[in-house]
Amino acid sequence: MTDQLTPNAIGRDVARADGPLKVLGAAPYAYDQPLTDPLYLCTVDATVVRGRVAGVDASAALAMDGVELVLTHENAPELSTEDGELRVLQSPEVHFRGQVVAAVVATTTEVAAAAAGAVVVTYDTEPFAVTAGSDPAGLHAPEKVNAGYPTDTDDGDLDAAVAAAAFTVDEEYTTARTHNNPLEPHTTVATWTGGDLHVFEASQSVFGARRVLAGVFGLDPERVRVTCPYVGGGFGSKGSPHAGAVVTVMAARMLPGRSVKFALTRRQMFRLVGYRPRMTQRVRLAAAPDGTLTGVGVDVVQESARIKEYAEQTAVAARMMYAAPNRRTSHRLALLDIPVPTWMRAPGEAPGMFALETAIDELAARVGIDPIALRVRNEPERDPATGKPFSSRHLVDCLHEGADRFGWYDRDPRPRSRRVNGWLVGYGVAASTYPAYRMPANSAVVRYTADDRYRVEIGASDLGTGAWTALAQIAADALGVPQDSIDLAIGDTRLPRATVAGGSSGTASWGTAIVEAARAFRDKFGRTPEPDDEVFADAPENTAAKDFALHGYGAQFAEVRVHEDTGEIRVPRLYGMFDAGRVINPRTARSQLVGGMTMGLSMALHEDSVMDTALGHTANPDLGEYHIAANADVHEIRADWLGIPDERLNPMGSKGIGEIGITGTAAAIANAAHHATGVRVRELPITLDKFLR
Amino acid sequence: MKPFAYRRATDARSAVATVAADPDAAFLAGGTNLVDHLKLGVACPSLLVDVSDLAADLVEHLPDGGLRIGAGTRNSDLAAHPVVRAHYPLLSEALLSGASGQLRNAATTAGNLLQRTRCGYFRDATAPCNKREPGSGCPAVAGHNRHHAILGASPDCVATHPSDLAAAMVALDATAVVLGPDGERRVPIGGLYRLPGDDPTRDTVLAHGELITAVELPAPFGGRARYRKVRDRASFAFALVSVAAAVRMHDGVVEDLRLVFGGLAHRPWRAAHAEDALRGSAPTEVALRAAADAELLDARTLSGNGFKVPLARNTLVSVLRELTDGAAEPEDDA
Amino acid sequence: MEADITLRVDGEDRKVTVDTRTTLLDALRDRLGVTAPKKGCDHGQCGSCTVLVDGRRVVSCLSLAVARDGAEVTTAAGLADADGPHPVQRAFVANDALQCGFCTPGQVCSAVGVLAEVKAGWPSAVTEGDAAPELTDAEVRERMSGNLCRCGAYPGIVAAIREVGA
Repeated sequence: MTDQLTPNAIGRDVARADGPLKVLGAAPYAYDQPLTDPLYLCTVDATVVRGRVAGVDASAALAMDGVELVLTHENAPELSTEDGELRVLQSPEVHFRGQVVAAVVATTTEVAAAAAGAVVVTYDTEPFAVTAGSDPAGLHAPEKVNAGYPTDTDDGDLDAAVAAAAFTVDEEYTTARTHNNPLEPHTTVATWTGGDLHVFEASQSVFGARRVLAGVFGLDPERVRVTCPYVGGGFGSKGSPHAGAVVTVMAARMLPGRSVKFALTRRQMFRLVGYRPRMTQRVRLAAAPDGTLTGVGVDVVQESARIKEYAEQTAVAARMMYAAPNRRTSHRLALLDIPVPTWMRAPGEAPGMFALETAIDELAARVGIDPIALRVRNEPERDPATGKPFSSRHLVDCLHEGADRFGWYDRDPRPRSRRVNGWLVGYGVAASTYPAYRMPANSAVVRYTADDRYRVEIGASDLGTGAWTALAQIAADALGVPQDSIDLAIGDTRLPRATVAGGSSGTASWGTAIVEAARAFRDKFGRTPEPDDEVFADAPENTAAKDFALHGYGAQFAEVRVHEDTGEIRVPRLYGMFDAGRVINPRTARSQLVGGMTMGLSMALHEDSVMDTALGHTANPDLGEYHIAANADVHEIRADWLGIPDERLNPMGSKGIGEIGITGTAAAIANAAHHATGVRVRELPITLDKFLR
Repeated sequence: MKPFAYRRATDARSAVATVAADPDAAFLAGGTNLVDHLKLGVACPSLLVDVSDLAADLVEHLPDGGLRIGAGTRNSDLAAHPVVRAHYPLLSEALLSGASGQLRNAATTAGNLLQRTRCGYFRDATAPCNKREPGSGCPAVAGHNRHHAILGASPDCVATHPSDLAAAMVALDATAVVLGPDGERRVPIGGLYRLPGDDPTRDTVLAHGELITAVELPAPFGGRARYRKVRDRASFAFALVSVAAAVRMHDGVVEDLRLVFGGLAHRPWRAAHAEDALRGSAPTEVALRAAADAELLDARTLSGNGFKVPLARNTLVSVLRELTDGAAEPEDDA
Repeated sequence: MEADITLRVDGEDRKVTVDTRTTLLDALRDRLGVTAPKKGCDHGQCGSCTVLVDGRRVVSCLSLAVARDGAEVTTAAGLADADGPHPVQRAFVANDALQCGFCTPGQVCSAVGVLAEVKAGWPSAVTEGDAAPELTDAEVRERMSGNLCRCGAYPGIVAAIREVGA
């Protein structure tokens, strides 16, 4: 158990602290920082998939008024990294279509864009492979998968369990290539002064960005400052800098004293910042006559980049969700000539829970029992993956409570049993889960300024999560003062070190450091400090992770309508009930959960990055053709929580909520669509053509 | 974007003369299509002649009971115009199903009609495209062609025309008033658009420098009309299939009708076969399906757009069912 | 090619030299330092750059600045008056109609436009018949669909706009 905060500010429904600034458009994002005579960068991107740059003719570009620099592999500074994604302009090699092969810096964006268009690049091309199955080299087993999980697991004898089972499911599920597409494009503004680098970087982690950029440029991290108080979304892609940041810093290094600005175009957002790779999962379930699972198997084949491996931990959720003595999972990669994938909201769980939870629904139908009852029947006592006890696990409560609030039992379980005004109506359910991470290496400073005000510093990031608000609430309770006594500072490497706003770990990780510092402050200075009294503290070790399995849970319910004539699919209702520990701020938490579910709806119905196999790049790289859910696609979406603190996790008793909302949503919608129509869709997105006859 | 000169036109004749005389000149109105294409490198004019100030935003009654719509009338104004809403609701529905509120506030009537056909490869200046670079090839034929044509396409181009307004205008038998260097001519909207054939570079029959100054609608068709748009999002998306339909019934029989498909071809597709099949018939479910099938008999599908055949058929049947008083409406059971 | 234009931005006359290629959005952001409107896609597909031009909501990324010479432009920064933020802006905060905030300046400008359009009786794709539209959830959703929000704040956005329009 950790020593819990006495909730006073936390748990309170207070408005988002940064809201007033944001509605006025006054929050300064990375590109909005006022600068003197900045320069603008525009890249030249490869128009071939694989090969070498044979020549670059920049003469026309250099002749344009206002062009300050053309950067190519011939004049680019040498970088000290072996990272295939970040080795920008280090060789003439082209590894994917859209790779940066040159960059232009000019006095205006118009001139920079025109000059970039005037740079003539010629190529020698080589054969390429851009889709799984087309690569003659076959599949590759990564050493481990994202977040450090083992690539494969094998417990018991899955094949025997399947052979002996009364009921089985053995199906393939495919999830599309999807792109984070935060509305704020990735942006870097870099200035070198002497040997010091200052970067405004749209980032989920200023310290992570500093570490990466210092490494790439061979600098002492102390000479690099990264600032980012406001981030226009990221959902993982801004977890670490990408090629755009490197090329901008590189250009700025060649133009010392000048600030160089670069915001990616939306098209570049489809190739230069990572994405969730397309993958196929073969799911095998084996069950006894009453639905008790005897076997669970998930074999994942996903696409990744030849120049930098990324293996999403897709099968990991299936290792711990349900009790089954025989379990086998694997991850394999097709390494291709494609852009480098990366984290996108709930990497692993988002696609993994689509497949697993759709398969569970299919099993329930075959066994002939309610899908909630099937899940309850297979609730494990201890974590099947590690054998550890759960710190807390309230999945069954989420299912039952959610079912009541949604009105689940109103449904006639037979598919295609309800029709309203030409629309077939169905209900579906799926479970959600996401690990409750807390990262090491977080520190905070608490300083008494004067007049009952405390300054709390930590280099955290708020990409829309509500950290500006929640951390102030935590600090207030840790110091035993009202929330408005707290002046919070985040988003700068001049502040104490902090880990990434990712893995749904931010509030737990940063909050623990703040609580530690606040308690140390009170221990040292008591209730009546003097101005400038200050304490720095490191967050304590996460001992719970050694002894317990730490996860959040949820149950999501969908009502889906499919038009009988056209196959159009709508989701009039989504409801989520979550086991999220103690909720720090109900208002911002609800927005996070609803936002995750909305992205889950978008994943379910819309998002599909189509690879053109002849051209070797995404054929629909803009927001007109790569659809994300628009306002009219989102009807009633509600999220609630059980509100049971997990006191083992952190002093707040909280579990992360940034990602769990997207897990299971697509399965709930696919299951509801099946209930509505009798059509089982196993390939996302669920578009109208899948229902047409 | 390559540099260009900008001129604001003060009268239509000189605007036409300027653009007609310069093969690299283009008209600019609302800009929602052209500025997009300038940024993409799809359009590279050296001179823009802005026709926004030509006071062509009047909507006036015509002596024959029709309506004259100034070419510069913004989409949102036209959709909200009381006469349009009351007597040409098809037009209003079509406009409102297109784009977004912000785009409709900028886009003009003629600009909407003259927006280019839509295809991701056309918009990608790094890809081959016969429309953008004649002879370079058409990657859509074997590529991503979910949105592409199933009617009237050619091996050189399978793009579709995205204008909802155009489909409605064809159904309404509208006529474009076109000013050219040699004077004015009238072009029925039904004949304004081309099929790609072996020259997909041209979307319409207009010559360079010709300017649509107005669109004229005949007196209302009467009966009931509906614009139904089926797309991948509930709003703000291009049509996969749309149907502009107007039907006049008499004694349980279809007296007359106009049917136009959007999203299926390089131009709005007048479904003349379906019209002929239904004119004078009772609109039974069987008759509606047969009419739709007759129209789609010549459909040629690609790897990713085969669903458009049943979708077009079902959408047409669904709309006609509604407009003919639900002759064969399926019953609710909940 | 350059052009000298005047824009009235958030109530203030601003003279600025632009390239004929400069969009209204880039003129505001890069040349005038008015960074309230955001560049999310630069192709009219996301709505983050929405401003009011002569009272109407438009996407500033698809408008050439030179073609807007003399126009009155209102950004999210200019919606506030002496009494503080615009009611729409206050309702956005109260309903947590934002998360990252990047689309928000465009959302609030669009919302102000929507309220005016509904007041003027303009229909939308979901308005039934030729009656005057009412500010239902469905109406707000349809009318606001030109403003994408990746964080998924749509329910709050709808609630905020209905609250102000009520």
